[in-house]
Amino acid sequence: MELYELTLKQAQEFLAKNPNRKDELTKTLADRIKQVDSKLNTYINFDSKHAQKNGDVKGPLSGIPVSIKDNIVTRDWETTCASKILKGFVPPYDATVIRKLREAGAVIFGKCNMDEFAFGSSCETSCFGPTRNPWNLDFVPGGSSGGSAAAVAGRTAIAALGSDTGGSIRQPASFCGVVGLKPTYGRVSRYGLVAFGSSLDQIGPITRTVEDSAILLNVLAGHDEKDSTSANVPVPDYTSFLTKSVKGLKIGLPKEYFVKGLDPEVEKAVKQATSVLQDLGASVTEISLPHMKYAIAVYYVVAVAEASSNLGRFDGVEYGFRHESSNLRDMYFETRNQGFGAEAKRRILLGTFVLSAGYYDAYYLKGLKVRTLIKQDFDQAFQKVALVLGPTAPTPPFRIGEKMSDPLSMYLSDIYTISANLAGVPAMNVPCGFSAAGLPIGMQLTAKPFDEGTIFRAGSAYESATKWHEKVPKL
Amino acid sequence: MLQKINIDQIAELARLNLKPAERDKLAKDLEGILAYVSQLQELSADKVPPTSHVLPIENVFRKDFAKLSDIREAVLKHAPKCEGKFFKVPKVIEGA
Repeated sequence: MELYELTLKQAQEFLAKNPNRKDELTKTLADRIKQVDSKLNTYINFDSKHAQKNGDVKGPLSGIPVSIKDNIVTRDWETTCASKILKGFVPPYDATVIRKLREAGAVIFGKCNMDEFAFGSSCETSCFGPTRNPWNLDFVPGGSSGGSAAAVAGRTAIAALGSDTGGSIRQPASFCGVVGLKPTYGRVSRYGLVAFGSSLDQIGPITRTVEDSAILLNVLAGHDEKDSTSANVPVPDYTSFLTKSVKGLKIGLPKEYFVKGLDPEVEKAVKQATSVLQDLGASVTEISLPHMKYAIAVYYVVAVAEASSNLGRFDGVEYGFRHESSNLRDMYFETRNQGFGAEAKRRILLGTFVLSAGYYDAYYLKGLKVRTLIKQDFDQAFQKVALVLGPTAPTPPFRIGEKMSDPLSMYLSDIYTISANLAGVPAMNVPCGFSAAGLPIGMQLTAKPFDEGTIFRAGSAYESATKWHEKVPKL
Repeated sequence: MLQKINIDQIAELARLNLKPAERDKLAKDLEGILAYVSQLQELSADKVPPTSHVLPIENVFRKDFAKLSDIREAVLKHAPKCEGKFFKVPKVIEGA
């Protein structure tokens, strides 16, 4: 086994036994990137001089390289959000999650490719070109954290951070056959995450195993005085849930998830995964989330409204790209015209429209009201069951270019993931099979707020009983 | 329901010049997305309170005290244009 193939847990064990081989671990991974990343394009920015720093801090992640989605700011290291408008932006501070990783000894390893400003479900809107799926280079890795997910699957990263506003950790994890967790809103500090939809965004781990996810969340979670929306709720040891049996665990399958539009291969794999958990002692019942079908409509009002407001700050004055002009208005308008890509413009315009005079009540306010109904659906479901199980994405990965000309069909690939952001609940993708064409399929486990423990419990039990996570793409 | 939009007015509000080639495509995309979103109108939710935020959060206050920081130099170092300790932009008041 090569060192770049180690899981986070295995890397911890390896370095505990061989503390003087830290540099070897990062070097092997750097060599791997040189070897395969011209095919995958998982990194926007990789510089081994940054990777060498911090190797000597003692902590649970001491010496272990962790890769970072390029919308999380890193001090003195360019952060681009895969957008031309942030060209040359070198943050003067670290995001809280970066500080926590450094304090735990992790090596901040490289900045991963993504959809521009996290707007996308395929990693094709990056101004640095698309990331490719390690299982088949003609297919997308999902998005927006496609670089992070493809890096973990393609063994150009041991573990990575992503961000999730409507499925941007879970859907690419599903497409790449890795584990991706969107924690409860407020569980992980957003300080230093470039904002997209501030009431929806969460940072979370993308890893090869459920165990690795728990190890990373232990480091990331917790209250932060620099993020007033971070929750002051105690952080349990998430690894303590990994060995708990699922005997007696109540799991609900929403009947609205298994309807037209769901790919038969995905349906079959998810149903089989349900049987595995049942055989391990979990009890499965049908539940209903009646407003689920409105989730995408709500999202494309609420998320774009927040995005249009958040992206107002990119005007060429203080950082990033500026179109020089002697006229101030022209500088603003042309900086934004040249700096933003097509999908960013689409969302800024849509958000501006739904917030504009005369349309606010019909669109934005209505969206917020239906968001309440979606949240209430989850509240009611969690009175009956401890875990909601369903597909993460309606289909296996699609081809590069397939959905780029039709934004709505792209948006629909997040149909199962968006509601967790609207309701603020934690949800995880766990790999549960492959299509006949050899592309990964994932299931989504959703729990009530701050109950990530139950997700780890079920995810780990399933992973121990199956072998999907041991499959490796050939590159 | 077909929602017509005035793309030029929205672009003006969003402080965005649009390339002529993308203007019509964006207008069509937006109308398509709004047609999908209009399914929200079939729900009656008049009495439902809006959710702008899922956590029961309150404003957070801290003591107002000054401390030293080296952030100004770091910020100005990568600014598109600056002069001394200021960001530099084109003239704000026309004709002055």
